[in-house]
Amino acid sequence: MQIYLPIADLPVNMFLLLGMGLAVGFISGMFGIGGGFLMTPLLIFIGVVPAVAVATVSSHIAASSASSAISYWRRNAIDIPLAMMLLAGGIVGTAGGVWLFTLLRSADLLDLVIALSYVVLLVAVGGMMVSEALRAIIRAYQGYPVVLRRPGSHTWLHGLPFKVRFKRSKIYVSAMPVLGIGFIIGFIGSLMGIGGGFLLVPMLIYFLRVPTATVIGTSTVLTLITMASATVMHAATNHLVDALLALILMVGGVVGAQFGARAGQRMKAERLRLLLGLLVLGVGVRFALDLTIQPSELFSIRFTGGG
Amino acid sequence: MRNRTALAFALLLIATAPASAERLITSLSNHQVLVTSSFTGTELVLFGSIERDEKTVSRRGGYNIIVTVSGPRQTLVVRRKDHVLGIWTNAESRSFLNTPTYLAVLSNRPVSEIAAPELMRRQEIGTYLIPRPALTAQIQSGEDDIFRDALIRLRKQRKLYVEEPTGVTFLTPSLFRATIRLPAEAPVGIYDVDVRLFADGTELARAHSALEVVKVGIEQFIVNAAANHGILYGLFTTLMALATGWFASVVFRKD
Repeated sequence: MQIYLPIADLPVNMFLLLGMGLAVGFISGMFGIGGGFLMTPLLIFIGVVPAVAVATVSSHIAASSASSAISYWRRNAIDIPLAMMLLAGGIVGTAGGVWLFTLLRSADLLDLVIALSYVVLLVAVGGMMVSEALRAIIRAYQGYPVVLRRPGSHTWLHGLPFKVRFKRSKIYVSAMPVLGIGFIIGFIGSLMGIGGGFLLVPMLIYFLRVPTATVIGTSTVLTLITMASATVMHAATNHLVDALLALILMVGGVVGAQFGARAGQRMKAERLRLLLGLLVLGVGVRFALDLTIQPSELFSIRFTGGG
Repeated sequence: MRNRTALAFALLLIATAPASAERLITSLSNHQVLVTSSFTGTELVLFGSIERDEKTVSRRGGYNIIVTVSGPRQTLVVRRKDHVLGIWTNAESRSFLNTPTYLAVLSNRPVSEIAAPELMRRQEIGTYLIPRPALTAQIQSGEDDIFRDALIRLRKQRKLYVEEPTGVTFLTPSLFRATIRLPAEAPVGIYDVDVRLFADGTELARAHSALEVVKVGIEQFIVNAAANHGILYGLFTTLMALATGWFASVVFRKD
């Protein structure tokens, strides 16, 4: 069934969109991530302009993280003070990201910057994930017990001032890295149309030593609120959020996420990390190929308002 | 509805040219195209009649018709990717000011056989409606035509520029019909329909009409809200996202 997307200005098949929502939702449920880094490229691939894709996906991620935040809330797996402090940085970062987004768009550099950021970020993070998961799998085969790496109890991050105690997560850290991480996630999230869950969770574990009991729940709250505010900011400044597209994607997404979560529980953690790493790497490589291989159509048209 | 009929009638009256030579009378099947969420494009039929009187001389070569339908005008920037520092990225570009976003050129035989190119260019008939690239600070090179050709090619791929040398059919020697196809992506706005009658390479008569493409229903509502009430629209979309997430967590609740 063809449906006309009002803001994206594009006729698309509604079932294709629902299917994309389901598939990305399944993956996001399986790995406990928002799935923005998959959805944004997919939308670009079916012909939605990058700017609309990024702005719209933020509301899609808000929906999927809302549903998981609620279930973590019921399990009391959220460190609220930590989430609030991450958020303080996150909101500022989001505003910064939307500001740069608007600036780049007017300079006609947005598409290039989005593509380049995807390549750099996804290839680096994907590569790290794959090598880490492979090492873990090899260790498991050799019979070593699987240990969660908690290298040295203190890094330079723990020497910073303004220390705060987070009781729920049982950590005592400086407020500076917490605000900094929130800022980075909010900034790149609103610029690239990703929730940043796949970045935030490792950052919280490795830099702040947040325990596994609260890390995903807390990261979900941050994703939810930064993406909700990114939606409002994108809508207010660039008018590029397509509500109809977002609705179809989020309906598919939340349903897919439920099935994905069940599938994910049956898999070994390091296998799951390997798969996710390969997926992240794959999307990054795809963007890299698009940039380095000569495209078949060199020309493109851009509209610049009425005349 | 009565207004629209009155408008159509008025346009018919305007369409009739001075008395001495041929007169061209045209009528469009529909003057308003409504774009809803299930819009997949549409077809409009243009009928036209060539009126003669006893004094009109006979035309040896027969009559030729060129119908030019041009959509709302905008500034279009055509960009070309180039290999810069190892990556393919948009480099050079040309701006086409005040250029139709939709253009259909329908005729009963190839346009080049109907009239001389100089006449077509002067009168801005058919693809000559597309202007040359605007002058920029850069020195204009011979590449301008490459960008103009690319513009036409890209718009043709999406069926937004159409050239149909067989798009006008003569039903009788003086009665003709043309089918205007609007794709799903047809931009919203007023479309100008320009019908010209030629014989032996000269223009004899001309008729004007117009049609409007409008978004209606939820489409129109969303576009309006997004453009004029950005913050409210964003808040509403966010609420919708939260509600969807909450609803899913209730429906799929395990405990």
